[in-house]
Amino acid sequence: MNLDDYRGVWVFIEQNDGKIEDVSLELLGAGKKLADKLEVPLGGFLLGNQIRPLANQVISYGADEVYLIDHPVLKDYRTESYMSGVMLLAQKYMPEIILYGATPNGKDLASAVATDLVTGLTADTTMLDVDVDNRLLEASRPAFGGNIMATILCKKHRPQMATVRPKVMKALEPDAVRQGKIIEEKIALNEEEMRTKVLQIVNDVTKKAKLADAHVIVCGGKGMGDLQNFQLIHELAETIGASAGGTRDVVEAGWLPHEQQVGQTGETVTPKIYFAIGVSGAIQHVVGMKNSEFIIAINKDPNAPIFDVATYGIVGDAMEIVPKLIEQFKKLKAEKGGELSYA
Amino acid sequence: MPEKFDVIVVGAGPAGTSCAYTCAKNGLNVLLIERGEYPGAKNVMGGVLYRQQMEELIPDFWKEAPLERPVIEQRFWMMDKESVLSFGYKGLEWGVEPYNNFTVLRAQFDQWFAKKAVEAGALLITETVVTECIVEDGKVVGVRTDRPDGEVFADVVVLADGVNSLLSKQLGFHKEFRPDEVALTVMEVVNLPKDKINDRFNLEDNQGCTIEIFGDSTKGNLGTAFLYTNKESLNIGVGTTLSSMIKAKMKPYELLDYLKNHPMVKPFIAGGESAEYLAHLIPEGGYRSVPKVAGNGVIVVGDAAQLVNAIHREGSNMAMHSGLLAAETVIEAHRLGNFSQSMLNNYREALYNSFIIKDLEKYKDAAHTFEKYPQYFKEYVPMMNQAASKFFTVDGTPKRDKQKQIIKNMTSQRGTLRVLQDLYRAWKAVK
Amino acid sequence: MHIVVCVKQVPDTKIIKINPKTNTLDRRSAPAILNPYDAHAVQEAVKIKEKTGGTISVLSMGPPQATAVIKKSVEIGADQGYLISDRAFAGADTLATSYALSKALERIAKELPIDMIICGKHAIDGDTGQVGPGIARRLDIPPVTNVIEVTEVNEREKTVLIKRKLTNGYELVQSEMPCLLTVEKEINDIEYSPMPNMISAARYEPIIWAVDDLENVDRSQLGLKGSPTVVGKMFTPPRPEGGKKLDGSADEQVSQLMDILMEKKDLFTLQSTK
Ligand SMILES: Cc1cc2nc3c(=O)[nH]c(=O)nc-3n(C[C@H](O)[C@H](O)[C@H](O)COP(=O)(O)OP(=O)(O)OC[C@H]3O[C@@H](n4cnc5c(N)ncnc54)[C@H](O)[C@@H]3O)c2cc1C
Ligand SMILES: Cc1cc2nc3c(=O)[nH]c(=O)nc-3n(C[C@H](O)[C@H](O)[C@H](O)COP(=O)(O)OP(=O)(O)OC[C@H]3O[C@@H](n4cnc5c(N)ncnc54)[C@H](O)[C@@H]3O)c2cc1C
Ligand SMILES: Nc1ncnc2c1ncn2[C@@H]1O[C@H](COP(=O)(O)O)[C@@H](O)[C@H]1O
Repeated sequence: MNLDDYRGVWVFIEQNDGKIEDVSLELLGAGKKLADKLEVPLGGFLLGNQIRPLANQVISYGADEVYLIDHPVLKDYRTESYMSGVMLLAQKYMPEIILYGATPNGKDLASAVATDLVTGLTADTTMLDVDVDNRLLEASRPAFGGNIMATILCKKHRPQMATVRPKVMKALEPDAVRQGKIIEEKIALNEEEMRTKVLQIVNDVTKKAKLADAHVIVCGGKGMGDLQNFQLIHELAETIGASAGGTRDVVEAGWLPHEQQVGQTGETVTPKIYFAIGVSGAIQHVVGMKNSEFIIAINKDPNAPIFDVATYGIVGDAMEIVPKLIEQFKKLKAEKGGELSYA
Repeated sequence: MPEKFDVIVVGAGPAGTSCAYTCAKNGLNVLLIERGEYPGAKNVMGGVLYRQQMEELIPDFWKEAPLERPVIEQRFWMMDKESVLSFGYKGLEWGVEPYNNFTVLRAQFDQWFAKKAVEAGALLITETVVTECIVEDGKVVGVRTDRPDGEVFADVVVLADGVNSLLSKQLGFHKEFRPDEVALTVMEVVNLPKDKINDRFNLEDNQGCTIEIFGDSTKGNLGTAFLYTNKESLNIGVGTTLSSMIKAKMKPYELLDYLKNHPMVKPFIAGGESAEYLAHLIPEGGYRSVPKVAGNGVIVVGDAAQLVNAIHREGSNMAMHSGLLAAETVIEAHRLGNFSQSMLNNYREALYNSFIIKDLEKYKDAAHTFEKYPQYFKEYVPMMNQAASKFFTVDGTPKRDKQKQIIKNMTSQRGTLRVLQDLYRAWKAVK
Repeated sequence: MHIVVCVKQVPDTKIIKINPKTNTLDRRSAPAILNPYDAHAVQEAVKIKEKTGGTISVLSMGPPQATAVIKKSVEIGADQGYLISDRAFAGADTLATSYALSKALERIAKELPIDMIICGKHAIDGDTGQVGPGIARRLDIPPVTNVIEVTEVNEREKTVLIKRKLTNGYELVQSEMPCLLTVEKEINDIEYSPMPNMISAARYEPIIWAVDDLENVDRSQLGLKGSPTVVGKMFTPPRPEGGKKLDGSADEQVSQLMDILMEKKDLFTLQSTK
């Protein structure tokens, strides 16, 4: 294997039902930085049925090239059909880096492709960088239950591949006039040869996704004291139209169901506003919320680690502060005669 | 058809494992049942393991067992609020084979010991709680567990289920223990780098130190505290009888917190990281509390039979030795095909002829005395500290005058006659 | 029906501690357990076997003490188990692991053809979830990952019907057998094993194979040598820059916060409901 034969940074554009997954757009943002450092083009590759119209969106989010395979067999994701498509593209165009979203399909595809390309794959990456001199991808990920980060390298094999956690990277602002190249490949596949069939897809966006998609989250921690005081969290959330969340300790105490846990073993969230009230800021919690845009922490301990991540911190007793906040927001709403909106 | 074994042992602590090991080694078909995730998972002990009884079972065990440090120094502290009167012994001869005793972490030691029993041929089943003995015609014929299809049968059942021994209580061998028959002990394993431990306790890598603390460690209540060195951690704990704890309205963790923040103790553990917190009962009723230990098809060993010498914090060794004695009786019973009460009573006899019951008998009044007369812990320890402070302070007073003053202080605080009474009573209790 | 479940021994990451100075694992504190997802995989095999009959084998790669997870699997209801254990396997990443396991699976299949392989969604020590799909590729059988229900097993047609979890819901997939599934925890509840299983497990002696017991093995694909990925460095996650702490009385702090929020116009707007 001559490593220098491989050039370019690629992102797997995962689409479902003709809609591109957010994580793929985020990865275009992250991939662009790597591609710029390595001075190579950024490519997006897109498989599916009648997905040509999506190519321009991929370019608007930063891709210089879009590789397309359009075929009825690729309508729904299946390992065997998708991986033969990716194998064809990767072997022909030889990118040096391929990134996939760490979604069920992205992980499945990346694992299969890595096996056939005989190359390294780093799972669930949360930080990406390159060592430009050696053209090495530095994919860092939480290890051993998230207490520690490990940087994984793939020195002697190409392409270097990683799956990346959703909501960790930032998408670029789309640029509608951006130009790029669209390269389409044909693949010989037929339905009869497929050993798996997708019979039905059921979208079930219940409570679980709700927290992950919330624009504002009021998260309460063990510092709320007891279930009764925890109602203040619900009251504040209701007042400002936010979703209520909790730390693992809160969930374990039975104050909230597990779907509302934020953190490493719960949901990763990136709301515009995140209130952390009576939350100490343990690393396992912080990894799940640190990318929120505006973080407000209320804690009576001035040394609580949550203040290290907070945009603004209030040192004080939640039992005193939160009712005042509720009152202020209620007053504001009454004055302006409306609800808060965050869109 | 449920299986039938030669012997079922309930509880894989030192007592049960020692019994299972010995039976298996002698070719018996043994089932050892433990409720913890693994042997030792829930077992608590300050951490001093004595060589002799272990060596009887597995010669040269120190060459392979997961031990922490051989103890080369034992210190005793009479501790007051801001002072401590200390004495002890340190001897390098304890640091070489065959050693004297060792600090251990039970989670590791019990696992290893149980593995030896398995290698000897015992079947070990964990995460399984024995809920009761199956009794037929007045004879124990097996046990029922909390698992589906959970009955198993055996010629004889050995109860090594620890201090609470619900199983022997169900059989009517003893009643609920009184609060003055058990001590509640809480302890913590505090991680600390090796160098720090060696520096603070004045030790080399493979040397250990134990400190027993009396007096203010229990806020003057009947009980003791301890601080032991492991390889890279310390065991620190404190216990008092349940009755004192109730009387003084203390919470066990508060007591441990108090100890950890005591100015005499704090420097030893400073910077350490709490790795584990454990609470456990110790049977301290001694000789008078030993229940019926043998019945028809059943034998009771270790803590379940209250075999602990509280004064010398010996328990695991008595557990192991009683397990061995039980095994010897079971092996004999198996040979003769006779598991009647009178046959199994040979175990009782062996137990009463061993150091175990003899030691318990010797101290049969000790705990009782100290419990009834709290002045030993509440008054004498501070007095001794004041005395030492006086004696060692250089202030121009002749030493002879100092001694007089000390005696005067003591007797004025408690009265001459009562001091003498106390001393006599204490001497009688431990003589 | 012959189902093989791949099971791994892992340190219990719930209890695991990291030494902050050296960034290494404090293994003293972490007991080795059967990877929780793999326990569900074995349980699912037991549920399938209850309907179809047949044999459940488990396969693990690891040090000699990993026989413990095979015994644990027998407690849950597996009939037999194989451990591949050899210095040559040491240091394997997911690529080398799937290679070694697939070689062992080929040997097992020679003794008794395999209809289904089940793996956990991922192992909690590495969290990768790459080994299962890797094995499927090497054996050229279809993988179905993130399974939350095995709806139907049709032995005559050699097909299975499966519910597979997706980001926003699930899909119903039909696959030919043999196939490889990786299972989520919600697929079943681990049942409390009956006493006879416990006794069989305590007696059971797993079959242990070294590299030389496997056929057609390319040693350069094993262990450290066969692993394209290496761990570069370990570090504690960087803490983001802290912001500002407000000061003053409770009332002052709250009103300062309200002012800041109102100024940041892009955070929220007030929409009239009138
Ligand atoms: C493998 C693993 C995975 C984990 N996953 C997660 C996860 O996904 N999510 C998660 O949250 N945790 C997780 N944890 C647990 C995490 O380590 C912490 O234990 C947890 O986040 C702490 O929750 P807390 O902040 O609510 O409680 P605590 O740490 O007890 O903090 C309470 C805080 O409230 C403050 N406080 C007390 N009273 C008041 C008051 N009246 N007013 C204001 N402040 C007050 C205190 O100063 C303190 O800072 C995980 C741990 C491990 C080991
Ligand atoms: C804090 C503390 C410090 C101590 N320090 C020392 C010391 O330094 N040196 C010393 O020699 N001794 C010490 N001891 C005493 C010593 O720990 C005990 O005497 C010894 O452990 C007794 O052994 P055992 O096997 O009888 O009981 P245990 O060690 O208690 O073992 C009983 C076992 O039975 C299991 N079990 C219980 N019920 C059931 C059931 N129904 N079904 C299945 N399994 C069951 C338990 O899980 C446990 O594993 C200390 C005790 C404590 C609490
Ligand atoms: N060493 C191993 N032995 C057996 N099975 C393994 C091993 N490593 C991984 N697996 C299987 O692959 C699954 C995913 O593991 P991983 O890709 O490491 O997250 C696990 O749940 C196991 O079923």
